[in-house]
Amino acid sequence: MTIPEIHTYLREKLPGAGLELVEAHPDPVIRVPAEAMIEVAGVLRDDSELHFECLMCLSGLETAEEMLVVYHLYSMRHGHKCTLKCGGPKGDQVVVPTVCRIWPTAEWHEREAFDLFGIRFEGHPDPRRILCPDDWEGHPLRKDYVPQEKWHDIPLTQRGYGRSREGGGL
Amino acid sequence: MSELKELDIPLGASPEKISRLLADFEDVHGERLMVQMGPQHPATHGVLRVELVTDGEMIAEAKPHIGYLHRCFEKVCENLTWPQIVPYTDRLDYCSSMNNNLGFVLACEKLFGIEVSERVQTIRVLVAELNRIANHFIVIGTYGLDIGAWTPFLYVMQEREHILDLFDRLCGGRLLLNYIWIGGLSHDLPEGWLRQVRDYLDYMKGKIKEINDLLSYNKIFIERLANVAVIPAEVCIQYGLTGPNLRGSGVKWDLRKNEPYSGYETYDFEIPVGRGEVGTVGDCFDRYMVRVREIEQSLRIIEQAVARLEKMPRDDVKAAIPKRFTKVPEGEVYFRTEHSKGELGFYIVSNGKAKPWRVKCRAPSFSSLSVIPKVAPGLLIADMVALIGSIDIVLGEVDR
Repeated sequence: MTIPEIHTYLREKLPGAGLELVEAHPDPVIRVPAEAMIEVAGVLRDDSELHFECLMCLSGLETAEEMLVVYHLYSMRHGHKCTLKCGGPKGDQVVVPTVCRIWPTAEWHEREAFDLFGIRFEGHPDPRRILCPDDWEGHPLRKDYVPQEKWHDIPLTQRGYGRSREGGGL
Repeated sequence: MSELKELDIPLGASPEKISRLLADFEDVHGERLMVQMGPQHPATHGVLRVELVTDGEMIAEAKPHIGYLHRCFEKVCENLTWPQIVPYTDRLDYCSSMNNNLGFVLACEKLFGIEVSERVQTIRVLVAELNRIANHFIVIGTYGLDIGAWTPFLYVMQEREHILDLFDRLCGGRLLLNYIWIGGLSHDLPEGWLRQVRDYLDYMKGKIKEINDLLSYNKIFIERLANVAVIPAEVCIQYGLTGPNLRGSGVKWDLRKNEPYSGYETYDFEIPVGRGEVGTVGDCFDRYMVRVREIEQSLRIIEQAVARLEKMPRDDVKAAIPKRFTKVPEGEVYFRTEHSKGELGFYIVSNGKAKPWRVKCRAPSFSSLSVIPKVAPGLLIADMVALIGSIDIVLGEVDR
């Protein structure tokens, strides 16, 4: 099935979920509201027509207005793929339900998205940072991230180094 | 997987009986102890710390702690232009740089709509397979070391050295290559290089049998690996294990066959899978043996690629490289390739500028390592080393 077909099929199965098809280059993306995520994910994995048993990749993504989680799914049985996006506006704390009970591989990927983007995953069994130290300040992949001066008395920034012109920095 | 038992003391038991029950229980289970394995441990293949809770000689809990090599690859990418990222991907998994280059470059080419010539594709397949062999040699050698066999390591490192010499003549690098570029290659093949690859293929005849005689079918080696740390196929899929780890569990799945790229569909090769020949399907031995057999298949692909290249007229390998990367199409792509460790995916988002908006690297080792808390409980401490070695992780890629 192509992504528009998957979208139509899902809308028939879950009419109240509020799924949207967003055009993008080269492939369209299905936009899922956070409150419907668990339900949609369950159908995607368990429905015999869809059968997305593999979560290939889960990434955080910051756009101009939003903080998003991107799910890349794949079905080994049918050989089709689809991309989901779920998230909320930037200013507030973005909370997305965890899908790690549906695809256990999401557990570490969600910890990474929390660590680097500060997205909170509701119901996550182990919501800690994964790559940065536990007492790190800020979330490095955000565009407005400014690195802390020192970490346990270790200087981290040199003046003028590591800050790119477009804001944000290394 | 054996369950950990609680001591069951019947009501109204006499103090003597209680102390006898306690002593019996401690004989088998002992007290719970937390052991830190790593961060500098010879069997962790890098800087990895695993927090083990042991129950006597058995592991009750294992929690990997990663991030010691974290350098925020993804943030650095946002501050580099598209072609500048290619050499940085070398550093992800420094054992198979070609495969990293190829994964990133193909993702970019899909987004930008660049088509490369058939000759460039064939050279890419050839070098990627050479690097896959070099990577598998390291895994086989260091796995022997983990288990306690020192000699095979020296043998396989010698075979690997010839591949590194070939790379040296090809592009000047041995480990960090930066050879595959967006739209082409950094250098054309030097004069006589294909003949040297042919010499290497001749040299490799019979070497796989040597490895098998020396290590694979060694009785002690088999005893250490058979039936140890069995990962069933459905657990592999749930936890995102790919590549040789998934095939070791008996799933015939290879992106080079199932989702071919760079013309892999035109090559004749097989996908080796775990058969449980000395124990259970999906045990450490199967994962090890799949890698040995993949070397043979990679040699087959290389032979076909060399034969094709010898017939092809030379063309400009830089012909399709864009003059400028200042204006690129907007969009987002997730592209995955069969890396020597599994599925290497790049999710790249472009906003049309010279620098990417977002680059996410889905590293195969990252997902492979996440299965440890699931598989390790119930193993003996000594088998933990066998498990970590068999899933083939490189921490440069896990931590990024």
